[in-house]
Amino acid sequence: MERMSNSGTYKKKGDLYYNSLLSRNLYNNSLTFISGILAIIAILPLILVLTYVVINGASEINLAVLTQLPEPPGEDLPSAGGIGNAIIGTIVVSGIASLIAIPIGVGGGIYLAEYSRGGTFSKFIRFGANVLSGVPSIIAGVCIYSVIVSTRIILGSNFSALAGGISLSILMLPTIIKTTDEGLKLVSDDLRKAALGVGASKFVTVSQITIPAAFTPIGTGIVLALARAAGETAPLIFTALFSFYWLDSPEGILQPIATLSVLIYNFAIEPYKAQNELAWAASFLLVAFVLSINLLTRWIGKRGKH
Amino acid sequence: MSIYGEFLVLPKTTDLYLLRSRPPSEKLIDLTFRNVVISMAAMVAVVLFGILVLVFTGSVESMGRYGLRFLFTSDWNPVNNDYGAFAAIYGTIVTSTFSLLIAVPLGVGAAIFITENIIPTRIREAIGIMVELLAAIPSVVLGLWAIYVMEPFLRPLLSGLHEYLGWIPFFSTKPIGPGTLPAILILVIMILPIITSISRDSLNQVPKKLREASYGIGATRWTTIFKVIVPAAVSGIAGGVLLALGRAMGETMAVTMIIGNSNAFNWSILSPGYTIASMLANQFGEADGAQVSSLMYAAFVLMVLTLAVNVVAQWLVKRLSLKY
Amino acid sequence: MDSKATHNTSPQICIGMENVTIEYNGSPAVRNIYCDIPSEKVTALIGPSGCGKSTVLRSFNRMNDLIEGCTLKGKVLFEGKDIYAKNVDPVEVRRRIGMVFQQPNPFPKSIYENIAFGARINGYTGDMDNLVEQSLKQAAVWEECKDKLNESGYSLSGGQQQRLCIARTIATQPEVILMDEPCSALDPISTLKIEETIHELKSRFTIVIVTHNMQQALRVSDMTAFYNAEETIGMSGKVGYLVEFSETQKIFNSPKEKATQDYIQGKFG
Repeated sequence: MERMSNSGTYKKKGDLYYNSLLSRNLYNNSLTFISGILAIIAILPLILVLTYVVINGASEINLAVLTQLPEPPGEDLPSAGGIGNAIIGTIVVSGIASLIAIPIGVGGGIYLAEYSRGGTFSKFIRFGANVLSGVPSIIAGVCIYSVIVSTRIILGSNFSALAGGISLSILMLPTIIKTTDEGLKLVSDDLRKAALGVGASKFVTVSQITIPAAFTPIGTGIVLALARAAGETAPLIFTALFSFYWLDSPEGILQPIATLSVLIYNFAIEPYKAQNELAWAASFLLVAFVLSINLLTRWIGKRGKH
Repeated sequence: MSIYGEFLVLPKTTDLYLLRSRPPSEKLIDLTFRNVVISMAAMVAVVLFGILVLVFTGSVESMGRYGLRFLFTSDWNPVNNDYGAFAAIYGTIVTSTFSLLIAVPLGVGAAIFITENIIPTRIREAIGIMVELLAAIPSVVLGLWAIYVMEPFLRPLLSGLHEYLGWIPFFSTKPIGPGTLPAILILVIMILPIITSISRDSLNQVPKKLREASYGIGATRWTTIFKVIVPAAVSGIAGGVLLALGRAMGETMAVTMIIGNSNAFNWSILSPGYTIASMLANQFGEADGAQVSSLMYAAFVLMVLTLAVNVVAQWLVKRLSLKY
Repeated sequence: MDSKATHNTSPQICIGMENVTIEYNGSPAVRNIYCDIPSEKVTALIGPSGCGKSTVLRSFNRMNDLIEGCTLKGKVLFEGKDIYAKNVDPVEVRRRIGMVFQQPNPFPKSIYENIAFGARINGYTGDMDNLVEQSLKQAAVWEECKDKLNESGYSLSGGQQQRLCIARTIATQPEVILMDEPCSALDPISTLKIEETIHELKSRFTIVIVTHNMQQALRVSDMTAFYNAEETIGMSGKVGYLVEFSETQKIFNSPKEKATQDYIQGKFG
């Protein structure tokens, strides 16, 4: 039986056997190999960075480093003191940032997911949140510097923990809005209808039904945003500045404050070995914190799926 | 009939529910809550416009004084009040473009590898997680690592590059430590996770039936990847690449720590350089007068560049989700 | 190897299964299947859902390779050669045993490119326009497509898309076409058209079709294999096995096995 009239125009189909010298197979195998190499190169930086942070940083960690004040650089000291005030400072500044960004971010996310009906305003806010997350962090620092620091608008203080916290909150805000919005969208509409169906008000529905149902994704999103903010440096270098002293009173948040990230930046470029070692110690703490948060949220997220 | 009848004999119980008609307080709470969350959402717009307006008004003075000349000269002289940001703008563009040129094949290649069934799923997932964890490492820590580990390791290699390829303008100076090329490499590390994870998500979204269709007519793995899978995912991948570009242009700390911070313009990527972000980090805290305005002008240029890139990126990523 | 050589003596065995067991992650989906599918005939695989008929079909051109954790024991012979032997190239197998899937799956390319793509990767050197036209005609979808060859394959209706996918498979000129419930996503009229297409094709290709529709099996096939599933002790889930394989008329009119009879009578009510 004749096949198609033009069947002769196919190259003779080969036998079934695999021929590794066929150009098709050479091409395929080499590309598979190359992509594997690329994947290995892609994970190499993490391994290298972690290795050196652990080698250079973990060995520096001891009680004195964790609890003492840093020595002002100036000469080659056997020890540069500790990073105690920077640890506290990072907690304080990220705490201030969270106090500002979490309510606003969650509120904005609630609006987008629960109230908006896809109109222009909500489209613009979603778009704006995405654009805001793309604004370079240094720009946030520049803006807070010109609004708060240089004008001394807050009780006459210039560089302060508060200014640092505000500029970090700008970076946290879009992430929190987006995770809240997406977290709430995952909540089944049936649940909302059920609540509204028994006559619950919108506020009660949101606060007692949908927010608790979306607690895990929103919570993990917030914690990730916090971890990210804790490692940020650029918005802090001319807002929170740095300090060689403890935060000793509540009014201290109107004073410059040390943070781990700025300490790493300042001490990394000092010519003294003792200071550099402190920078590695601070890096180890920061990386350990950030990575454990990341792994933890991943684990919680995975557990939530089952 | 009897079923309905039972209802009729039920006692009237509505008077046991005191809230059949909503009290004004509940309505007030509802309304207040609604207005509060709307104003919180509006904060995003306020902050975004605030930043734009601040940076723009801050730079007006310098814009008036230097005009477009600012973009094409590289004097930076606070004594004579003579400012031009060409070196920093050039540095921003060169570092971000070159880092993209390296990171795109690397990231997309790795993404393809971890979305194909070449090795077991568990290992692929582990690679994916490791790439994403890289994104979590603070920029300043990468900068520290770049100063003390990467740059000393690279220096002999870069010297070799200068020795053999010194006739190319990009390699025409002797590497002295910090410089543009180390900054490019650290940027590669920072944007790699973005490109890899967005590419992976886009590739995973390509419907399985397209892959089957291609295998079903006798296509090989890589023909399927290049002709069917990647074309179907390309707008998402391009969006990820642009997001990475925006990130690379605005990235500050690691770059500031390793680029050498020199405002002297040089074609060579082995010499110290500047980016707008690193210039801001270096000078803004101590600047005053015309220098502040000039730095603001530079910040404005950076804003415009990153905004443009981000808006296009968003548009591309959105197109992806509409396609199937 | 010239395919014509196998067409001289008929009925020839096209695909043979020798004691085939297919497992997903260690738990069997179908077990111990022996079955010889004849050349240039339409063979239908029928059976209740979960009996593994699709799994069996996908094993004929190694599509199961795409599923992680899927392993096959025993032999699947195509023209006498075990296609699961270590030295066999699965791509080569798929070039000679094409497949049409349950859901229409055109590429997001133009109608013309959907057909040309497959032909090109199979090394077609002839007149492409002619091939596209011939293939679309054979798949009975030329009339609907001829004025919009440059439009996306997705601009067609579901039934037309499926016939485009059949045309795409024909264009690569395989020896065998596997069809995995090709009409399950289609309306009755499209189904009828696809069945007419199958009738057109049966003179040129060996066709193996999985269907859950008894009437369809009766209408289109020469041979029918009835698969059934059973609960197994100590295993989770069902395991499929071949109950009976014979000429379609025999299967429907005088089945040997009681299970076949029950199934067919149950289906027909």
